[in-house]
Amino acid sequence: MRTILFLIRKEFLQIFRNKFISKAIFAVPIVQMLILVPAITFELKKVDVLVIDKDMSPESRGLISKLEGSTFFRIMGMTYNEKEANSLMHRNKCNIVLHIPENFGKDIVTGRQAKIVAAIDAINASSAQLAWAYLNGIVRDYNSILTIKNINNSAPAAIPIIDIRNRYWYNEELNYKYYMLPGILVILVTAIGFLLAGLNMVREKEIGTIEQINVTPVRKSQFIVAKMVPFLIIGLVDLALGLAIGKITFNIPFNGSILLLFLGSTIFLIAVLGLAVFISTFSGSQQQFMFVAFFCMIIFILMSGIFTPYESMPQWAQDFNLINPVAYLMRVNRMVMLKGSSFTDISRELISLSVLAVLFTTFAVRRYRKTA
Amino acid sequence: MKRFLGFVKKEFRHIFRDYRTLFILFGIPIAEILIFGYAISMDIKNAGVAILDLSHDEVTEKLSGKILSSGFFKKSADLLSYEEIDQVLKKGKTKAVIVFEEGFGKRLIREGKASLSIIADGSEPNTATLVTNYTTAIVNDFNIEMAGSALNNALKIVPEVRMFYNPELKSYSMFVPGVITLILILVSALMTSVTITREKEFGTMEVLLVSPLKPVQIILGKVTPYFILSFINVLVILAMSWLVFGLPVKGSIILLLVESMLYILMSLSLGILISTVSSTMQQAIFISLVGLMLPTILLSGFIFPIENMPEVYDYLSLIMPPRYFITIIKSIMIKGTGLLYIWKETLVLILMTTVFIGISVRKFKVRLE
Amino acid sequence: MTMKKKVIEVENLVKRFGHFTANDRLSFDVYEGEIFGFLGANGAGKTTAIRILSGLSSPTSGKVKVAGFDAGTQAEMIKRNIGYMCQKFSLYEDLTVRENIALYGGIYGLSRSEITERTAQLLDRLRFREYENKLISDLPLGLKQKLSFAVAVLHEPRIVFLDEPTGGVDPITRRQFWEMIYETAERGITIFVTTHYMDEAEYCDRISIMNDGRIVALDTPSNLKKQYNVSSVEEVFIKIARPAGS
Repeated sequence: MRTILFLIRKEFLQIFRNKFISKAIFAVPIVQMLILVPAITFELKKVDVLVIDKDMSPESRGLISKLEGSTFFRIMGMTYNEKEANSLMHRNKCNIVLHIPENFGKDIVTGRQAKIVAAIDAINASSAQLAWAYLNGIVRDYNSILTIKNINNSAPAAIPIIDIRNRYWYNEELNYKYYMLPGILVILVTAIGFLLAGLNMVREKEIGTIEQINVTPVRKSQFIVAKMVPFLIIGLVDLALGLAIGKITFNIPFNGSILLLFLGSTIFLIAVLGLAVFISTFSGSQQQFMFVAFFCMIIFILMSGIFTPYESMPQWAQDFNLINPVAYLMRVNRMVMLKGSSFTDISRELISLSVLAVLFTTFAVRRYRKTA
Repeated sequence: MKRFLGFVKKEFRHIFRDYRTLFILFGIPIAEILIFGYAISMDIKNAGVAILDLSHDEVTEKLSGKILSSGFFKKSADLLSYEEIDQVLKKGKTKAVIVFEEGFGKRLIREGKASLSIIADGSEPNTATLVTNYTTAIVNDFNIEMAGSALNNALKIVPEVRMFYNPELKSYSMFVPGVITLILILVSALMTSVTITREKEFGTMEVLLVSPLKPVQIILGKVTPYFILSFINVLVILAMSWLVFGLPVKGSIILLLVESMLYILMSLSLGILISTVSSTMQQAIFISLVGLMLPTILLSGFIFPIENMPEVYDYLSLIMPPRYFITIIKSIMIKGTGLLYIWKETLVLILMTTVFIGISVRKFKVRLE
Repeated sequence: MTMKKKVIEVENLVKRFGHFTANDRLSFDVYEGEIFGFLGANGAGKTTAIRILSGLSSPTSGKVKVAGFDAGTQAEMIKRNIGYMCQKFSLYEDLTVRENIALYGGIYGLSRSEITERTAQLLDRLRFREYENKLISDLPLGLKQKLSFAVAVLHEPRIVFLDEPTGGVDPITRRQFWEMIYETAERGITIFVTTHYMDEAEYCDRISIMNDGRIVALDTPSNLKKQYNVSSVEEVFIKIARPAGS
């Protein structure tokens, strides 16, 4: 035990003696968090619509003003020139070109089907679909207004209507900051711990200092634990700083137990650091380690469900996430912070993370050879 | 020149000896493409929905059946009381609870009105919005169906849609350009900065500097192999997107390759710049990976559209090189437009490259003196 | 001559790396308190042997006992009883002199008071007081090597292995270094040293000369000179050892 303390002290001395790293491990996550968290919103705020209204009837104007009145669309202009419309779309100046043909109003009045055509920039397929869904909704609303008007005129029979109320729990205004902040924090803490712990180990190999350690009676587990502990502490401090700043600047809610959050993060960090050291035992140079780490990190992060819904992944991808520590912590953080989930709610995640932590650390200790 | 070529060859040999790194170098983009292609998507599928049916009549059963059979949802639980909503949402598997009020069917028939609530888990706003939207759409359809007889189907505006550039609405037209953009800048900047810093850290840079090679030649010699590797990487990704996803390059492939070279050059010079400010490899890796990765993913408009960001970010992203390249590559690859539409972006990339190299040369000279 | 206790026993030590045989049937004993020199050209297999003896690597075959423990199966026990200074300087450059000493003291299980006491002794003996709070990276090579050696014997091991300890240092420092070796040997610590400086070989109690992975001569320097009828170990070396590969 005493040996470990000596080794941990040495790691801390080395980390804080490096002028750049000692500042960067705290400054970089905070700055990135402050900049990146407010940036992310999934909602389509302004979808720019260019209208080609060849009809100019009260009905077409009615539809356009309906669009304009919605929160999703903005009429960025009107034109009669199809070429101009194309060019504007090529230049990303508009997302939708809405064609309203001649006779649109007349068709409605005479009870024929009236057609409109929306040309949507679909490079981003999901926002295109969303825009299309919103547009459809507006048209449907407009339809029913027209219908009700018409029906009220002719037959006053009541039509049964299911009325929908929706509420968002835990985050009523769907504030994306609440959603992104825990996720971004996890990524930053992972990146720092994973990279630095592994690099530290490989660096000792590369410059030869590990040989002097290997010839001492120090136990393998002692040396590895001493490599992990400093980054565990740094990771937790980063997390605490990040949360504190998140609370102050973005007023993110803490509905759950902070202790539970830190418990989850501690187990998570042990797993990630264990994996980093494990990988470092295979790597001969920092360059090699860095590439493997980069590879793992990008897969872990993308698959974790931080940016995309977890459930829509195919089964094999969800199975893969059984060994993805980031996926667990992402869920734990969001559940505890925003929903106030309790220990029993996240016990499965915690148990899985613990298994990973034990496995990866054991692998690392096993794989590490005290030989030259 | 001969000496220079010899040096480049040596560097190449050095890289190829480490086949593991090389393997990963090409593995990263391939894995990413496959993940985006087959594993993740922004849309929802099989999202867990719990039903709290306080009425249990013909209408509620029909409607909940309709909702659950849509493919977007999967029933995660049947609830008996309001108290259970919080519990089930806290477990995380359930994204929304659909509540049918008591006497739903009766009210609908007698009073012509019944209400249904969707309580969605707002801690995942994206999923929550989608779940609500899809459910609303299904219920609306149901409404129209019910009204079917009452509505004389004459009065209708029928919207038609034409999806431009990507009629099949495949997500790859978004992520293939994104992956190329992300991988090129990270890998190029990372490799260059690390390889040069390594020489500095191990003191071998001094040996090189006293050799007859000029400093410029040393840097070029270190960078050339990575230029070629990155270029091969572009070809691999393009070939993959064509072979696996059937996504061809709509515009001029030559133009696309030339622009890619420019972008690689910009990334390499960014790497050189990072190496001039780093004294250890750890530092170089930290800057190029921790410093660049997240901002590149988030602010380049690759996953999250810049249009949706608060206005400040529109300006902030102006200093992000990936933003320009992603516009360029989308224009050429997906829209099939030519230089006429992207000359501004191209110019910015050239300017950035020049600035990075300029600062590096300056820093390098200062240090030598 | 009184029969001394053997601290290293090596019998038919073989170490192969694939098809390459680095150590070919080495056999020798080292006695307590002696200075044992291990000579040979670069690539003769000295470092391979010293790594096996210090538990960093295991033998392919043969019997190797160091401080009574088997190098193949009890490497960690060996490590408790030895000190080791490797060819490449490997103390932490980004730690100070004092921090390095404390670290290794702690690793070898010295108590705080022992560490303080021995650090003070060591700094005085090496006249290192002015450097104690300097980073290792700021020290000249000679001082680094001396410090390395001092750290290797900080825990008073039974045997200390020195792999090319004086490579690249100036003659005066080398001299001082050998004085340190003598002082250490007088305290009863066995010294096992590899070198390719032939003048240093003259300072050893016994030397073995390696060539192409084999021991080709083993005796005291004076006996060897007598046997080959020459006036220096260097001449002995030239007579019997060809550089590897020629």
